[in-house]
Amino acid sequence: MNAATLARTLAEIKGKSPTVALVGSPNSGKTTLFNALTGLRAKTGNYPGVTVDRKVGIAKTPAGLVRVVDLPGTYSLHAISQDESVAVQILKGEMVGEEKPDGVLVVADATTLDRSLPFIAEVLHLGLPSCLVLTMIDELKARGGDIDLARLGGELGIPIVGIVGNRGIGIDDLRARIADLAQWSEPRNLPQEDTESRFAWADGILQRVTRSRPRSSRLTQALDRILLHPILGPLVFLAFLAAFFQSIFSYAAPAMDFMAGLMDQSADWLLANLPAGMLTDLLADGIVRGVGAVLVFIPQIALLFAVIIFMESCGYLARGAFVVDRLLGWAGLEGRCFISLLSSYACAVPGILATRSIPSPRDRLATILAAPFTTCSARLPVYALLVGTFISREKVLGPFTWQGMTLMGLYFLGGFTALLSAALFKKGMLRGATLPFYLELPPYRFPSLKLVTVQVLRRIKLFLRRAGTVILGASVLLWILLNFPQPEEVDGRAPEPQTVLESSYAAQAGQALEPLFAPMGFDWRINVGLLGSLAAREVLVSTMAQVYAYEGGEEDAEGFGKMLRARNPETGEPRLKRASAMALLVFFVFALQCISTLAVIRRETNSWRWPAFAFTYSFAIAWLGAWWTYLLLS
Amino acid sequence: MGRINSKQEDLGPETSLAELPRHARARVLRVQGNGLAADRLRELGFCPGTEVRMERRAPLGDPVVFRLRGTLLCLRRTEARRIAIQPLDR
Repeated sequence: MNAATLARTLAEIKGKSPTVALVGSPNSGKTTLFNALTGLRAKTGNYPGVTVDRKVGIAKTPAGLVRVVDLPGTYSLHAISQDESVAVQILKGEMVGEEKPDGVLVVADATTLDRSLPFIAEVLHLGLPSCLVLTMIDELKARGGDIDLARLGGELGIPIVGIVGNRGIGIDDLRARIADLAQWSEPRNLPQEDTESRFAWADGILQRVTRSRPRSSRLTQALDRILLHPILGPLVFLAFLAAFFQSIFSYAAPAMDFMAGLMDQSADWLLANLPAGMLTDLLADGIVRGVGAVLVFIPQIALLFAVIIFMESCGYLARGAFVVDRLLGWAGLEGRCFISLLSSYACAVPGILATRSIPSPRDRLATILAAPFTTCSARLPVYALLVGTFISREKVLGPFTWQGMTLMGLYFLGGFTALLSAALFKKGMLRGATLPFYLELPPYRFPSLKLVTVQVLRRIKLFLRRAGTVILGASVLLWILLNFPQPEEVDGRAPEPQTVLESSYAAQAGQALEPLFAPMGFDWRINVGLLGSLAAREVLVSTMAQVYAYEGGEEDAEGFGKMLRARNPETGEPRLKRASAMALLVFFVFALQCISTLAVIRRETNSWRWPAFAFTYSFAIAWLGAWWTYLLLS
Repeated sequence: MGRINSKQEDLGPETSLAELPRHARARVLRVQGNGLAADRLRELGFCPGTEVRMERRAPLGDPVVFRLRGTLLCLRRTEARRIAIQPLDR
């Protein structure tokens, strides 16, 4: 079901179909269940705090359609962070625009009932019709645990269903249960509302219904011995990253060359076979070559997301936060900030949204301001292009080349700057007490190939949508700016493309910026690219593809990387000097060129002050960094 | 005279969770103090009588992972100091 159909169906059933909400502790499998029930593909992960806002979908049941609301996980109904308070408000019917649910599916990980049953009591006290859904029943069995589900249901007085969300086991039973929502029995034997009574009550029940307790996961113990080892752990992590960055060049490059060839051939074919004229030029040069220059990076982006999604789903992310928490502690921040920053490696927008799970508003703001420095996937095309063109392919160590190492260096530079700036903000202007830090380390669980594929495809789809909207729009606009005004015909002959380009509006804008960027050797062409990249970072690549296509004359199929390095026939100088290319890379590490990020900072901080501030200071750092890099290398 | 605990040999003197050595077990006595932070620690399962095991420290010494109620939970030492415990045998 696509977004439009979903919205339409939701509007149709509003007020007619019942609503059930999914409630439970963080990482209990609510979103996996939500996806299984609704057929949607909301983002899941094996760390606490993946869902920070409610998500709505529709489940088919034998009795008709039911609205399903997935709530952020919470350990308690006394919310201390924004994501938790979303869950609490909806359950209490205090959320504007969301009716109080007709029923609650209380979701709990069957292997950690000791911890979640007391919270379940808290939810049952709300008095909403409830059904208990125990997830990860397969893992419970695999670890030797056995619970008498019928008896547990009897003790609580409510219906109970055991499921394995990611394999769809038990989902049909659950649908049937949801269908007779009106018949759900009332909970009984509830304890007093205070925390101690709830835990004592839970211990009593569990003693009666547990046939055998699950062992602690052996896999988790074995992996933690290595991955959390003070020396081995960081080494394994570095080796894994190095292999990943190398593979961006070694394995993804052939696929990328193939796509680049395809784009160039299509552009040439269009030019040769369509009637000559402005529209054909726009189609071939503006759209196919411009947007195509970004699309060729799909293999790299797919690889990046496969790695990120694997890390998120296997349970390593929370461990990373655990390992670096001390460093953040010195900076006055906490491990959850690290999780948000790591999410920003995919894209700063979800990273900034993930800060909703940080209880302290100050920590949250410091993290929001730091998140744009982490190397988001939009930077990857720019990095891959410039590193692939200007850095040598020689091997440094084993299978690792300078290219792979440089790329890794750029990622580290971004991450390090993010941490440092978060620390400075927290120390400087955002002084304040830290709220308690706690973080659950989930057992390692390896995602199925299908889950990784589905999530990678989802991200590729988002990337294509971006290419079809922001990047396409910016490319068309740039094509217009690069081709107008058209100079007068001289002696009845059309002007040379070179002349058109150099007198175009785009060139004028680029030249106007020359005083600002001349210190790092950027000419007007790069300046035009920088202007375009304000819409989205990838537009730099599409702009440069357009600009250099005019000057290159006959392009070869290997893309325009070669063209960038080639010498200008008139001056004998390379089109883009190596020092300038490196300065450009450093500029992209720091600069906040992304409208969506600015918009989300505005939304999350409720003021234009913070996005304006973030844009200005990151521009200043980018400018200085680029200048120093240029001075150092030339 | 005071109450005589039959298992007295098994129990060390009262201390804080932050002092618990690696792989040692303890029983939670109480969470000191009030307010959001203390409430949340209780809600995470640090209730009187709950058994806790210290699993490992982070490479840089802090935070610390504890096993309680079938989950791994990490706390910073500053939070662990608020939790009064009685070490168990071994």
